[in-house]
Amino acid sequence: MFKRWLRNSTVATALVLAPLPAFAQDAPKQGGDIVITYKDDIATLDPAIGYDWVNWSMIKSLFSRLMDYTPGTTELVPSLAESFEVAPDGLTYTFKLRKGAKFTNGREIVASDVKYSIERAVDPKTQGPGAGFFGAIKGFDDVTGGKTTTLEGIEAPDAATVVFHLSRPDATFLHVLAVNFASVVPKEAVEAAAGDFGKKPVGSGTFILKDWTVGQSLTFERNPDYFIKDMPRIDKFTVEVGQEPLVALLRLQKGEVDIAGDGIPPAKFLEIKNSPEGAEIIVDGQQLHTGYVTLNTKVKPFDDVKVRQAVNMAINKERITRILNGRATPANQPLPPLMPGYDKGFTGYAFDVEKAKALLAEAGHPDGFETILYSTNTDPQPRIAQAIQQDLAAVGIKAEVRALAQANVIAAGGTEGEAPMIWSGGMAWIADFPDPSNFYGPILGCSGAVQGGWNWSWYCNEALDKRAVEADSMSDPAKAGERQAAWGKIFTDIMADAPWVPVTNERRVVAKSPRMGGAGEIYVDPTRVINYDAIYVKQ
Amino acid sequence: MVFLLLRRLVQTALILLGVAAITFLLLYALPADPARMIAGRSATAQTVANIRRELGLDQPLLVQFWSYLQGLFQGDLGRSYAQKTDVGALIAARLPATLILMAAGIAVEVVLGVFLGVLAAVRRGGFVDRFVMMASFVGVSAPQFVAALLLLYVFAVTLAWFPMSGFGTPAHVVLPALTLGVLGAGWYARMVRSAMIDVLNQDYVRTARAKGLSSARIIFRHALPNALLPIIAMIGIDIGQFMSGVVVVEAVYGWPGIGQLAWQAIQQVDIPIIMGVTLVSALAIVLGNLLADILAPLVDPRIRAR
Repeated sequence: MFKRWLRNSTVATALVLAPLPAFAQDAPKQGGDIVITYKDDIATLDPAIGYDWVNWSMIKSLFSRLMDYTPGTTELVPSLAESFEVAPDGLTYTFKLRKGAKFTNGREIVASDVKYSIERAVDPKTQGPGAGFFGAIKGFDDVTGGKTTTLEGIEAPDAATVVFHLSRPDATFLHVLAVNFASVVPKEAVEAAAGDFGKKPVGSGTFILKDWTVGQSLTFERNPDYFIKDMPRIDKFTVEVGQEPLVALLRLQKGEVDIAGDGIPPAKFLEIKNSPEGAEIIVDGQQLHTGYVTLNTKVKPFDDVKVRQAVNMAINKERITRILNGRATPANQPLPPLMPGYDKGFTGYAFDVEKAKALLAEAGHPDGFETILYSTNTDPQPRIAQAIQQDLAAVGIKAEVRALAQANVIAAGGTEGEAPMIWSGGMAWIADFPDPSNFYGPILGCSGAVQGGWNWSWYCNEALDKRAVEADSMSDPAKAGERQAAWGKIFTDIMADAPWVPVTNERRVVAKSPRMGGAGEIYVDPTRVINYDAIYVKQ
Repeated sequence: MVFLLLRRLVQTALILLGVAAITFLLLYALPADPARMIAGRSATAQTVANIRRELGLDQPLLVQFWSYLQGLFQGDLGRSYAQKTDVGALIAARLPATLILMAAGIAVEVVLGVFLGVLAAVRRGGFVDRFVMMASFVGVSAPQFVAALLLLYVFAVTLAWFPMSGFGTPAHVVLPALTLGVLGAGWYARMVRSAMIDVLNQDYVRTARAKGLSSARIIFRHALPNALLPIIAMIGIDIGQFMSGVVVVEAVYGWPGIGQLAWQAIQQVDIPIIMGVTLVSALAIVLGNLLADILAPLVDPRIRAR
């Protein structure tokens, strides 16, 4: 009765190693030690806690999960799972574990490790940010409510089988099992670390953390026992932290550094681009990112849909992409183009000053109004906010730009009636996993429009919320196309109410030395930024 | 001396308590919510509430402060919100680098500043004096970021005499120490110059000259020690300043000092780290001043007599 998707390990391997465009040009070499720099220190490598873009990709490589993605793509594949079955009602998922997969402490991974790891991520004592991802698992509320620490919805009938029972169908559940919070950890290592697992991680991923000199560097070495052959490509990578992006770039040009993780400072971009090796140094790739301006539907005059539509027409998005050195494209809907469900045919609101003025007049603001636009205070965000300010001035809206530290903008956004407009740059939504639902609930749904939430438009449309729940109950893989279309329609329908001005879809830039090989997509992997498993040194 | 030390010890404790109280209250009065920063974007309200409860952030402010103080009395600076590690260990890991840079930076400042200050005082009104005063003016007003990048570009990128970034060998400390030293030397040079000019106009210097002592002996044996007093007080201040971290210099040279730790903690609203760093630098300022107070009578017997 079960729908069966059986993929033996050879097929999975073939999928994971699916050729990427650039692989044809230079054969990937096995081996090599490389150096990577970041400005920020690595906060933690605990998969239940780490949730920033720098440690996200390291945790991906240190640990493995039941599900993962083909490098450089948004395609979901079994990883630690060898095969899985989904019950027709979408409420039961049964996974068979890959045989012989081991933690790097030598112990074989068993089903109860999966159960323990997810329970640990959900347990309030862990103080992890990712508990909510597992909300569909039966017994979730009892664990987050502190009644128990075991999830009744996860069973391990034998060492190689894990069964998940859900309290509601969740079409994103396979994605949830691929997020870092679902990483499998060995209980004995967590306990031995005595609260310091984030600095002493033990996993079953492609790499092992060999050394961590706090505040200076981390050394990762290839896991020789990783369960997929020929992964990873490089033998070792050293992460140097506290490195100013400008200096990192100078070191890269001298050959001391292989990847400057923070990319290229705007002031240096054209110089590098026009240098002889520019094309080899700059890699940029699309991310699941949309930069937007929120229009607070609970603050006058943005409670009037005409005003929100007018603002949508007033902002010159092309000019903002120029401020970003052309590393962005104008957006017209909440979903980014890479996201399943993105509507290519949708045009949104075109830039039209006259029409915007007319709409404002219709809404009773022929002379415009005064408002406040919040933005974070790191370059180039204040400059973008100023560009928006000028565009608004052209239709008569006088916006004061308030550039603050990120934490303060987030606090203002989550306080009812506080921030009329927020430019999301520097804290914009980048999807946790490549599924359109991830762009809805917290940032556009009713559940996010609460004190301390991330729905800074305070937009709550119950009809759309209902359609969202319906779309997410279509967990039958055969209905994936229908579900995608349903989601796409939700996002384009939202634009009729215009709670956001979708402004740009930014590409992330990473700088690499010419000796590093591989397609841009594995340096800016849509699900993890740098894919340490797939990058390689050229022959 | 014992009385001075005892009095200072009590003062130090009171100052630290005051610093702790003010910093604590200010940090928790911020609108930014640490629990939300940890929880990130996808967290549900329930997750945020759970994190807040686990961190004790749902307790009244005074209760939180009291439990912080209790930890402090036992030498426990608490656990970082974002890193989930002991703050004491995080600061201790960065202390060696901070101390080395502080010592090296002050050494360059003092040697360079005293040398130039004496030179300018002796050649008062001449070309050397004007040049030194001009240079020190540029030094005290140049932004650290520009000076650091300039030195890096010339000595590490172009000439490749020193490594560009990092920590560990004596070669690594040269450029960061030079950046701090060259910029700071301006203050010392100006101060030494004016103190020296005062001293050189004193009667005893004229007497020494009349006795037929050599210029070098007059300057270094008779005049300079009397002009050094303000320098000692300034070193005390610099100890405190450098101990609280020199964020810009650390960032440019990838120096793993306390400044970078503090900077990142501020971004993440990681209050235990901010508290820890603030207390450590307050302690350093107090100790630096104490050191200056102890050294001053050793250098200048007139203070001892008083």
